[in-house]
Amino acid sequence: MLSVQDTNTPVTFSPELKAKFADVVSRYPAGKQKSALLPILHLVQAEYGWVSAPAMDSVAEYLSIQSIEVYEVASFYTMYFLKPQGKYMLEVCRTGPCEIVGATPIMEHIEKTLGVKEGDVTADGLFSWRGVECLAACGYGPVLQIGPEYTFYENLTTDSVDKLIGDLKAKANN
Amino acid sequence: MARKLLLEHINVPGINTFDVYRSKGGYAAVEKALKTLTPEEIVEEVKKSGLRGRGGAGFPTGMKWSFLAKPEGVSRYLVCNGDESEPGTFKDRFLMTHIPHLLIEGMIVSSFALGANTSYIYLRGEMMPQIRILEKAIAEAKAKGFLGKNILGTGYDLELYVQPGGGAYICGEETALLESLEGKRGNPRIKPPFPAIAGLYGCPTVVNNVESIAAVVPIINDGGEEYAKIGIGRSTGTKLISAGGNLKRPGVYEIELGLSAEEFVYGDDYCRGIANGKRLKAVVAGGSSVPILPANLFLKTVNNEARLMSYESLSDGGFVSGTMLGSGGFIAYDEDQCIVRNTWNFSRFYHHESCGQCSPCREGTGWMEKVLHRLEYGHGKLSDIDLLVDVSKKIEGNTICPLGDAAAWPVASAIRHFRDEFEWHVTNAHEATTRNYGIANYADPLNAVVA
Repeated sequence: MLSVQDTNTPVTFSPELKAKFADVVSRYPAGKQKSALLPILHLVQAEYGWVSAPAMDSVAEYLSIQSIEVYEVASFYTMYFLKPQGKYMLEVCRTGPCEIVGATPIMEHIEKTLGVKEGDVTADGLFSWRGVECLAACGYGPVLQIGPEYTFYENLTTDSVDKLIGDLKAKANN
Repeated sequence: MARKLLLEHINVPGINTFDVYRSKGGYAAVEKALKTLTPEEIVEEVKKSGLRGRGGAGFPTGMKWSFLAKPEGVSRYLVCNGDESEPGTFKDRFLMTHIPHLLIEGMIVSSFALGANTSYIYLRGEMMPQIRILEKAIAEAKAKGFLGKNILGTGYDLELYVQPGGGAYICGEETALLESLEGKRGNPRIKPPFPAIAGLYGCPTVVNNVESIAAVVPIINDGGEEYAKIGIGRSTGTKLISAGGNLKRPGVYEIELGLSAEEFVYGDDYCRGIANGKRLKAVVAGGSSVPILPANLFLKTVNNEARLMSYESLSDGGFVSGTMLGSGGFIAYDEDQCIVRNTWNFSRFYHHESCGQCSPCREGTGWMEKVLHRLEYGHGKLSDIDLLVDVSKKIEGNTICPLGDAAAWPVASAIRHFRDEFEWHVTNAHEATTRNYGIANYADPLNAVVA
């Protein structure tokens, strides 16, 4: 997965990625290929780590729609990253039910441990974190998710967060 | 033990696979429906069952189905709403994770009843693990002849696809969901026309919640009349309640509608009371949008009758002293929780999730968030409290979709029931930043406790 991409260079998708695009497009009636936009943006983000303007232009070309139709969607939905993130983006639920069981102390702990503010990337390029709204895991809070697989980590404590960060570092360095 | 219709086999090892699910009677509803019933008869059974939409609005599912337009030569669609973004609600995630074939089975029966040959399950994008689970289950069902062309030799064709969203609460609103499924921003549409007339791609469409579709399976297996015998009054059948917050045993419970609220919170089969030996202060009974109630009003109505977990009992007293069953997203607050902070948290959520289409919601949710923030952080004025009520009234009813109402109700109800806690945040501003107000007189009389 590339973490940083030259935003001036046009993006050419690999044949493997295009095959996945084609599979998505086949789910909709003829002429309704725009329905594939959200799933395709997820595929692009999983491949590159974020969705750059040139990548969106290439998606628009692939789906035979205007670039603006891609931009407006990518900027509306919160899951798409419009700038590069750390390899692991820790997204912590901050809404009501998680908040009353301790989401804020978890976010403070992550900020302190990683040494970066919400939305920033650690110097080694490995981590970013941010608070997000309700993840529909309210009975297992505090909870965080990590894309692109969107694995959930539930019933968080500062200890379990430390272990998670340690495990991810070890995984990245191997 | 109460009857379980959806989660009966939830603890059977391997129930997420086709073979085990089938060995427990799975897909019998598909065989019965496709081989022995007409689409009209299925709709009739669902009407008889009294099933009401499990996503939050509680509209009768059979009636919704009967509104579907059936012009000649035009495709019809069934879209399953798995956006599940209402704070407090996590029942659909649980169902799809553990017993995905129940949803697939319900989708096949429902699609047949509605005459749909292509159906979509729209899940919030964060549910990628559930998308993988469902796609695997769909492939299994297809390999066994329950999906695809000429299902079970009946001549009925159905393709089923899972569609991810992009992380937007608003896409749980059915017309926003359809916009999103068409690859657009999730801006709700002006109704009419309703989706039953012009929905996905302008074609007649039914949008149903995950749990509603799953409930069609026992309705077809046992018959609508049998289903209607469970529950109380117009609240028929069973309901998944996802319980979170300060409970001893949070989780997803299938209850028979009509269970007493007290039993649900304190009963051994359910949440087993409040965690850490604390006391219940307040309850949000059906997802963050519904009015919050103090413990005493949640457990008993103003007429001193025991409150029941049913559509009617929870709304007894209207918004003055009642609330709503909503989506079944149950949140319990213990004596140490701060109502002002919680209300601010919710208003931040709605401000974040407003699509921005209607000014009252786009602007109003931001104002409410700002005013509540300054109250919580000790910079509020007494006049702010009435200002919040005023803003909430100007949002409510003045927007295209119910997100405006959903943002207004938690604020209005928190002030209605907990006004002295808001006032204390102004009159004791410094103290309010160092400790919480405590349970006060909301459950039963007690001096404010130190958090």
